[in-house]
Amino acid sequence: MIIASYIYIAVRVSIPVLLGITGAIFNEKAGNTNLGIEGMMYMGAFAGFYTAVATNSVIMTLIAACLFGAFGALIYAFATVSLRTNQVVAGLSLTIFGQGVARFLGNTLSGGKGESVRIPDAVTQKVSWKIPVLKDIPFLGRALFGYDMIIYLSIVLVVIAYFYINKTRTGLNLRAVGENPAAADAAGINVSLYKYVHICIGGAFCGLAGAYIGVVYLTTWGNNMIAGKGWIAVALVIFASWNPLKAIYGSLLFGITSLIALRFQDSPISPYLLEMLPYLVTVIILVITSVKIKKENQQPASCGVNYFREER
Amino acid sequence: MTLPFHIVKRPYMKTYQQVIVRLLAVLTAFAVTSILMLLLKKNPGKVLMALLYEPVKNGYFLVQTIKLAVVLLIISLGIGLAFKMKFWNIGAEGQIILGGIGASYFGLFHSDWPIYILLPVMLVASFVTGGMYGLIPAYFKARYNTNETLFTLMLNYIALSFLLFLQYGPWKGANAMRPEFDNFKKNALLPSLSSSKPWSDLHIGWILSLVMVAVVYIYMNHTKSGYEISVVGESVNTARYAGMNVRWITLRTMMLSAGICGIAGFVQVSGNLKKLSVNVAGGLGFTAIIIAWLSKLNPVVMIVASFLFSVMSKGAGFLEYQNISPAASEMIQGIILFCVLGAEFFVNYKIVRTNREVAK
Repeated sequence: MIIASYIYIAVRVSIPVLLGITGAIFNEKAGNTNLGIEGMMYMGAFAGFYTAVATNSVIMTLIAACLFGAFGALIYAFATVSLRTNQVVAGLSLTIFGQGVARFLGNTLSGGKGESVRIPDAVTQKVSWKIPVLKDIPFLGRALFGYDMIIYLSIVLVVIAYFYINKTRTGLNLRAVGENPAAADAAGINVSLYKYVHICIGGAFCGLAGAYIGVVYLTTWGNNMIAGKGWIAVALVIFASWNPLKAIYGSLLFGITSLIALRFQDSPISPYLLEMLPYLVTVIILVITSVKIKKENQQPASCGVNYFREER
Repeated sequence: MTLPFHIVKRPYMKTYQQVIVRLLAVLTAFAVTSILMLLLKKNPGKVLMALLYEPVKNGYFLVQTIKLAVVLLIISLGIGLAFKMKFWNIGAEGQIILGGIGASYFGLFHSDWPIYILLPVMLVASFVTGGMYGLIPAYFKARYNTNETLFTLMLNYIALSFLLFLQYGPWKGANAMRPEFDNFKKNALLPSLSSSKPWSDLHIGWILSLVMVAVVYIYMNHTKSGYEISVVGESVNTARYAGMNVRWITLRTMMLSAGICGIAGFVQVSGNLKKLSVNVAGGLGFTAIIIAWLSKLNPVVMIVASFLFSVMSKGAGFLEYQNISPAASEMIQGIILFCVLGAEFFVNYKIVRTNREVAK
């Protein structure tokens, strides 16, 4: 039974990272390296939190989180696509801005009194509704069917994202924009529109990731809710080789290392050294993937470079 | 689709015009902030007063603001070097922490040394430990083209965990009740030029930072190896064709960049905090990225920008008196950044009316 609950914990930790990776993939497929994932997650966390407290509605919460995440992405898209600012700096600005907005507005939730605000029980109960019979199967019940609805929704969204990017016509156009915007432009694809739309979709995924952390996982408002998960997502995009399905492995890897850090705190090794583990593993993955580069698993070629038609 | 206007590159813009554009951008940012504050039913005048005036109101506050500006300035100098090479070093936080740890090793365990030996040793130690920490991602970038942004970022978290490990483990201080590092002895603290309040609190870190501005400025603009950095930044291929050793330049520059951030860690522990602490970096590494970029990587402009951002960061503390979360400062910094970034567009491009006859 203990293994089942380990799996349960690992999956719950990895879901926001999975959504974050998928959001980052949308950005990079459109040719934009977005370092604002962390910031958009913060924005989503705030919007989700605020809506959950205000409306008690799960659906409204999810929609609000996606919209606010997409709003952050829209600022970034305007800066990089229309105003052609440096993508790295614009992304960093978005992270700083998103964090600031979320913390600032989040602290007004408690009316400046510094009390911790909690998600209402009604929302928590609705979210943690489980499939009646299946959840009672020993082992599988907890490890496979024991999760909240949002986890299944997330996985479905990630699979849809995979098919959208790799198997549809618009997905093909999107990849063309990311690989060679000039060629895509010549073929009649509206490059700016594709970039705007997909950067915003990416932002919505990040917003959802933030809402998951805030509303479902932590359920108490805190200024450091996201704690670098957005950055880990950006790093694991490389491990996932720009494929949402492979992002599932990447995020699980993060979940498992976090689990080790959480569970083995009584061991002779200092818990603070164990806390390094997820980051250390991410670094190692980063190095390994850059040493063993495969031709077909590369970053979209135009990532980091803004497209200006008259500069060809 | 034919729009009535289109965008063309602007060949050049006069310096004073560029300054005006940026000032307008900062004003726009304050205007946006004011609108936001009005929407939240806060008095924007009071918010801006707290953010911009309170921290320089009297000598005591001013000294604190300058002390923070000094550290921000040093970090920005370090980051600027790496950014010039288009090496996105966002690991300043980790490098500051490592520099702080390096300096603190001597500050804590060799405090019996005379001050004129101890302080220089701490300075060198912070440069070396910070620099070595920066060399790790630089090596992998140079050898395997590993993404340096993410690498340096992950190293921030690793450095912070290591610092906590020291704090709760081997370097735990004498106070048994609370796990803290010990305060530095007087030998390990940066002295002050003045002995009268409030200026006695202003340690000589400001002289160090201004000397570093001069050194970095000369290095970047008037030496061969400084020039090589900007060539690599403009185009790695051009650098290669010109026969430059790009790998060596990357390693050398990153060692310098991270080492300078390490020195900022030394100034933090030996000057501002007077001990090692978890707050040694505390987000300064990220603020400094903004400063470096907004200054267009120009060391002299960084002096002004560091001061401005120091004022706003200190001002955040005063917001609490008005029931406003100090995080507002972070948000406003983000807004300023976006506005100034957006303004770059008008420096580099101009919008012209499309001549219909020609378009057809």
